[in-house]
Amino acid sequence: MASVILQTRGLTKTYAGVTANTDVDFDLPAGQIRALIGPNGAGKSTFVGMLCGRIEATRGTVSFDGQDISHLPAHRRIALGIAYTFQITSVFAGLSVHENVALAARRAGGSAARVADVLNRVGLADRAGQVAGDLSYGHQRILEIGMGLAQNPRLFILDEPTQGLAESEIADFKALITGLKDTTILLIEHNMSVVMETAQYITVLNQGQILAEGTPDQIRADTHVQAAYLGTEDA
Amino acid sequence: MGRGLVLHLCTIALLAAAFFVLPAYHSGNLARIMVLAIYAMGYNLAFGYTGLLSLGHALFFAAGMYGLSLAMTHLAIPALPALGLALVAAGVVAGITGALALRTRGVAFMIVTLMFAQAGYLTALYFSEWTRGEEGFVIPQAMRNIAGIDLSGETGRYFAALFLFAVVLLLIGALVRAPFGRTLIAIRENEARATMLGYDVQRLKWIALVVSGMISGLAGAAYALLFGYAGASFAAVPYSIFPLLYVLLGGAGTTLGPLIGAVFMFYLIDLSSGLTDAYMLVAGVVLVALTLFLPQGILGTLRKRGLPWLP
Repeated sequence: MASVILQTRGLTKTYAGVTANTDVDFDLPAGQIRALIGPNGAGKSTFVGMLCGRIEATRGTVSFDGQDISHLPAHRRIALGIAYTFQITSVFAGLSVHENVALAARRAGGSAARVADVLNRVGLADRAGQVAGDLSYGHQRILEIGMGLAQNPRLFILDEPTQGLAESEIADFKALITGLKDTTILLIEHNMSVVMETAQYITVLNQGQILAEGTPDQIRADTHVQAAYLGTEDA
Repeated sequence: MGRGLVLHLCTIALLAAAFFVLPAYHSGNLARIMVLAIYAMGYNLAFGYTGLLSLGHALFFAAGMYGLSLAMTHLAIPALPALGLALVAAGVVAGITGALALRTRGVAFMIVTLMFAQAGYLTALYFSEWTRGEEGFVIPQAMRNIAGIDLSGETGRYFAALFLFAVVLLLIGALVRAPFGRTLIAIRENEARATMLGYDVQRLKWIALVVSGMISGLAGAAYALLFGYAGASFAAVPYSIFPLLYVLLGGAGTTLGPLIGAVFMFYLIDLSSGLTDAYMLVAGVVLVALTLFLPQGILGTLRKRGLPWLP
């Protein structure tokens, strides 16, 4: 089995008495494409927020590549090789598409060639000079993903990347993700076709805790998962 | 050579030529405006480029002004090393202010910087034995020279102001094109995103504030040196607001906006006070109109309407 690149133990977040995540023990092997699914309010975004340092954990630990990063600020975690794309599109709206990607690449030591390569791969090369805020919503989402790629991360965390994308764009996204080599991917996703076609392994969160983990087939067959999603009583 | 650099060099050449063309009254004004523009350029680095709306830059202006003038009059230090001391003083004050004030953001940052500046103003009044408070003190004319150049004379003063203005303009022009400057703009545009790209946003904001404070301090020191006077009124609230006005008028986040804003504001008050005693009313109406119709300032609007390359 491949080495574990990301591990959490007892990771918990409480907001003024309301628990978003409780004692999450999570292991992500290097190189895997992992989907994180669960009903709305299951604590998915809070969980990945604690992984990349945007949200401070109430207790518990996060290790990346064997190093305890629980107390590192977000920018230091990113510098170790984690990239994160926002659920709500968050690009530099006043700057050009090229500048957006260049800012992402530069921090990761990337060259101008890398910026051009990323723009080609995500299909934004012909819009490189446009102001990012003038792009359509779908293109802004794609730019966001491109910025993550430009960081050349070892672990790429994507929070609902296909939300609001057109069918053809979703197909391109699937191809892009499955084509990435040497990158471990943690994907929060609601679109089940994306989850089932890209993920090698799935973690289901429900009410802030891990409900089930398994291959796409195992998860599809899991009665607890069906209950959590469909709300049936008999599970 | 980029278009931006050409524009900067042309501006400097134009200002040099202006001395020989303009009547003495206006070239005297222009020397003062250039020093105020240096101040506004320093302010613009924090506000226009990094998005730090400070209401306390008078503290840094005054740190430079007193750093130079107290050293010259009380310690008999010559002008050039006193200028260096002024830069150190402004840098240290900005560093300490930044370390504390940057723990806040938005409105809280405005209030904290304002309070720091008020504390600085009151400190200047408290030590009036040396600063002579509001009344201020004069720097002896005999001391106001560097390398044999008399900085109290019209020519020396004008070209010293122009020299400092040119240095700061070219420095800022290079800075905002460099990776450091591009990152500051990214922080202004979207701080959360910049953090999640791995940039140490807190540290970069602190550096930007220190550089901004040092340029503002340079302006304060130049003002004292060239016009021979230092007083606590330069540490008071209006001197924190002036650079904000200049920058807003000229265009926040443009390299030449501070100069244009300073010229505009200076002559607006100068001309309207010739027309009526209620000159501040005229200035106020023009400011309101500009804010309504050119919210991005003069150069900011030009940049949006067809001159996207404006630095």
